[in-house]
Amino acid sequence: MTTVLATVGYAESWWIQILKSLVIFIVGFSMVPLALMMDRKLLGRFQNRYGPNRVGPFGALQPMADIFKLLVKEQFRPRTSVGFLFAIAPAISILTACVSFAIVPFGNTVDIFGTQVGLYGVDPSIGVLFAFAFSAISVYGLMLGGWASGSKYSFLGAMRSAAQLISYEVAMGLSLVGVIVTCGTLSLTGIVAHQESAGMWLFIPQIVGFIVFMVAAFAETSRPPFDLPEADAELVAGYNTEYGGGRFASYYAAEYFHMVIASGIAVTMFFGGWLLPFGIDPPTWVDPLVVLVKITLVIGVFVWVRATLPRLRYDQLMSLGWKVLLPLATANALVTAILVTVLD
Amino acid sequence: MTPLEIRRWAPTGDTVIAVQRGPEPGGAGGLYRAFGETLRGLKTTFGRLVEGTYVYQYPEEKIPVYPRFRGRHKLHRFEDTGLEKCVGCSLCAAACPADCIRVVSAENTPEQRVSAGERYAAVYEINMSRCIFCGYCEVACPFDAITMGHDFELSDYNRDDLIFTKEMLLAEPLERTPLRTEDE
Repeated sequence: MTTVLATVGYAESWWIQILKSLVIFIVGFSMVPLALMMDRKLLGRFQNRYGPNRVGPFGALQPMADIFKLLVKEQFRPRTSVGFLFAIAPAISILTACVSFAIVPFGNTVDIFGTQVGLYGVDPSIGVLFAFAFSAISVYGLMLGGWASGSKYSFLGAMRSAAQLISYEVAMGLSLVGVIVTCGTLSLTGIVAHQESAGMWLFIPQIVGFIVFMVAAFAETSRPPFDLPEADAELVAGYNTEYGGGRFASYYAAEYFHMVIASGIAVTMFFGGWLLPFGIDPPTWVDPLVVLVKITLVIGVFVWVRATLPRLRYDQLMSLGWKVLLPLATANALVTAILVTVLD
Repeated sequence: MTPLEIRRWAPTGDTVIAVQRGPEPGGAGGLYRAFGETLRGLKTTFGRLVEGTYVYQYPEEKIPVYPRFRGRHKLHRFEDTGLEKCVGCSLCAAACPADCIRVVSAENTPEQRVSAGERYAAVYEINMSRCIFCGYCEVACPFDAITMGHDFELSDYNRDDLIFTKEMLLAEPLERTPLRTEDE
């Protein structure tokens, strides 16, 4: 019988895996309040104002205050809701987000106290497909949440979000095919290694793929200008209309986590992961910091775009996804494949 | 302009303002619209980031008010004798469109002179939760006994605390609001 499990590039002993997954989880989850804070502070700066600056020094504790406020709120659910699913849907959202973060590499395998440890959650041979699989499952979080709320607005919002996420996932996946074909591997560490040996970050040869990926990433993470799930003027609040307190907080956190993951994948695929430009070769312990700084910069771009572009209409969103991005991504994959074959 | 003039009015010369429109979607123009105009928008917002902020940090920094700003009322005394200017005529209460002023007058006696006139206001209350700060009381007062001050920070936790009595209105109000200087 053939195995249905993906092979893993490098696996440590079980206790290292547990330890490092804890560390990565903590680091990754700390990026969420950071992203939240950047979103609010930077957005303020883009609008000639300060953003939150009352809680803690420079308002640094604002996300803590936000989260605390949400967590101590009353847990309620509508009478028409389906209790079990209503409770489990936000958990699916946040869990899938956490799992996707595992593949973002912060460095190659390093020698820590004589043990080889890979600075990533897991390095499966299916690589980025792992992230896509879990981002596809995260749609269930929205769908179940919207449906189980037992409210028409939630349901409409959920349908809309699901349609958006599924249609943009196609373009997003295809936009990365160019990178995968160029590198000849799906493994994210392999892709970074290829960028290192090629001496060129892939956003230069794969500029079309990069643009398509970024646009699709905005849509995938429901960030403006594609924040239709949150178009409160037409949908009250989308799939999370009936949610409040901690459950709403986990949807909210999942959304920001998705942004961090999308930034992480963009950094790995197009901006050379832990590599530094101009041939600077720092010691290995700098690698994770490089990745974190790069992720932060990409999040800054997310905020920048949020400050700039107005929300798309629903039909514009769909036609952009299917009529523009999908053909572009397909053509990009095709041209890359031909070039790779010809040049080899 | 009379309605006839409006009908005849047609934009000419420098009254015409050309509106810049982006290209329509589709084709090469659409490509420019998707990328060129987006980049232009990004440049615009980035300019705002570089520009810095324009906001007042309100409780610490206050925007100065103009001298004619109508804030919380003040009752006045004569500076030389210390007698109240208010004679309890209730004209302010009559003028008040929000009906928030209550005046109960009493006779001055030689032993107890409170105001300069024949009578004085034994009770003078303004309900600040109803006041609309129109300034009619100030206009109605024949003795300039009541004027509008500059204080606008009047919120409180209790409605009862928003009924300002005569003592509160006569007392020198806390100078919480900066006043604009002439060149500002």
